[in-house]
Amino acid sequence: MIRVILPQHLRNLAHVDAEVTLDVEAPVTQRSVLDALEARYPMLRGAIRDHDTLERRPFLRFFACEEDLSHEPPDAPLPDAVASGKEPFLVIGAIAGG
Amino acid sequence: MSKVRVLVGTRKGAFILTSDGKREKWDISGPHFAGWEMYHLKGSPADPNRIYASQTSGWFGQIIQRSDDGGKTWVQPGTPPGEKPAPGPPKAASNKFVYDVSPETGKPLTTHQFYDGTQHPWEFKRVWHLEPSLTDPNTVYAGVEDAAIFRSTDGGENWKELPGLRGHGTGPKWQPGAGGMCLHTIILDPSNPQRMWIAISAAGAFRTDDGGKSWKPINRGLRSQYIPDPNAEIGHCVHHVAMNPKRPGVLFMQKHWDVMRSDDAGDNWKEVSGNLPTDFGFVIDVHAHEPETIYVVPIKSDSEHYVHEGKLRVFRSRSGGNEWEALTKGLPQKDCYVNVLRDAMAVDSLDKCGIYFGTTGGQVYCSADAGDSWNPIVRDLPAVLSVEVQTLA
Repeated sequence: MIRVILPQHLRNLAHVDAEVTLDVEAPVTQRSVLDALEARYPMLRGAIRDHDTLERRPFLRFFACEEDLSHEPPDAPLPDAVASGKEPFLVIGAIAGG
Repeated sequence: MSKVRVLVGTRKGAFILTSDGKREKWDISGPHFAGWEMYHLKGSPADPNRIYASQTSGWFGQIIQRSDDGGKTWVQPGTPPGEKPAPGPPKAASNKFVYDVSPETGKPLTTHQFYDGTQHPWEFKRVWHLEPSLTDPNTVYAGVEDAAIFRSTDGGENWKELPGLRGHGTGPKWQPGAGGMCLHTIILDPSNPQRMWIAISAAGAFRTDDGGKSWKPINRGLRSQYIPDPNAEIGHCVHHVAMNPKRPGVLFMQKHWDVMRSDDAGDNWKEVSGNLPTDFGFVIDVHAHEPETIYVVPIKSDSEHYVHEGKLRVFRSRSGGNEWEALTKGLPQKDCYVNVLRDAMAVDSLDKCGIYFGTTGGQVYCSADAGDSWNPIVRDLPAVLSVEVQTLA
């Protein structure tokens, strides 16, 4: 069970109140987690990754286990603590704009 | 009794203001989509309960929202809340605006002029303007940044570019204005379904006479000192264009500087700035029943985006331009430094005609007597990006 924490605006779009839990088959990667997230909540498609290129939107970041994983390859395995559900995968809106 | 519904897009959400035909007491609902930039909301003339909204964010991109009950509830077209996901890949496409580069479109463009003069690829950023069809609630046009026009024929679920606009040949000369390279104005001709007009900052105005397949620039008579050839066919920063639907083909334009009019569907333009204190501005609109009565809000200059002399004044011409009168009753006449953005003025079709505009200071003003006097409907919203009005039976 993968735990995903979304920023407020994306929780509102997806109509969820708290963290999201997803079943993701191994290997657990950024791509597989986001694929599962968008399959469950299709309204998030395009709001985290570009529709066509599937690249992360520039003002979003992916954190887990107190690390910034934003620049890791999308098919790199996520930390074991994320894959086991011990730690969440966080989608963060960059602090910008004042 | 008639009612009016005012749709207000702001930097931090949408608001819906409703009143009866007297337009004295108002109900305010909102913020809808709190915290998001709401560039534009507009109702379908064919079904007033159908409203489209552009919800956008630098972080999360573009969202299209649709209401089928006059703004009480909203859905992203194709993905209503609570819907179980269908097998297969996610289908959400209502926020998918992909430029058409297919060979069938003839000459797909890949670049436009960037701020530094170099060529730059088209990149979708947001929807500035939504224009519902005059006859079909499920058909709606979207003007986007980087400049292009898209159409949906299924209530906003899927969007397809009308690529003839970008593909007609002048695209490499288009360039972004300070607000980005946006297609901000779409006008449909009620007398000719094949004809529409659009405007782009900073490229100019364009017209199609074949339903959007092909387009031609219509900028003859525009003169802009900020481009190398002031009389060029392309490159003018048109801020907004307005037309009285009862008199198709007579167009009024607020350009970066200069207020212009055309009496031949845009083929030729002449300046009608006349005695305006400054002819820089963003909004322009036409009285619903008097097609020679037009309204602008002069802004001091392109480097000082606030009203002239600290006075919020709407200027009205009853002669189609050149002769203007300041309308000030009920508007602040000192220490006012707001702007009124290009889509932030609208008119209702009641008698007397109601005029509405919103400011970057968060006020939405209404005149129920065609501009003679003004009252604020609300004073303290976030900065207003757009104002549209629906006149309801």
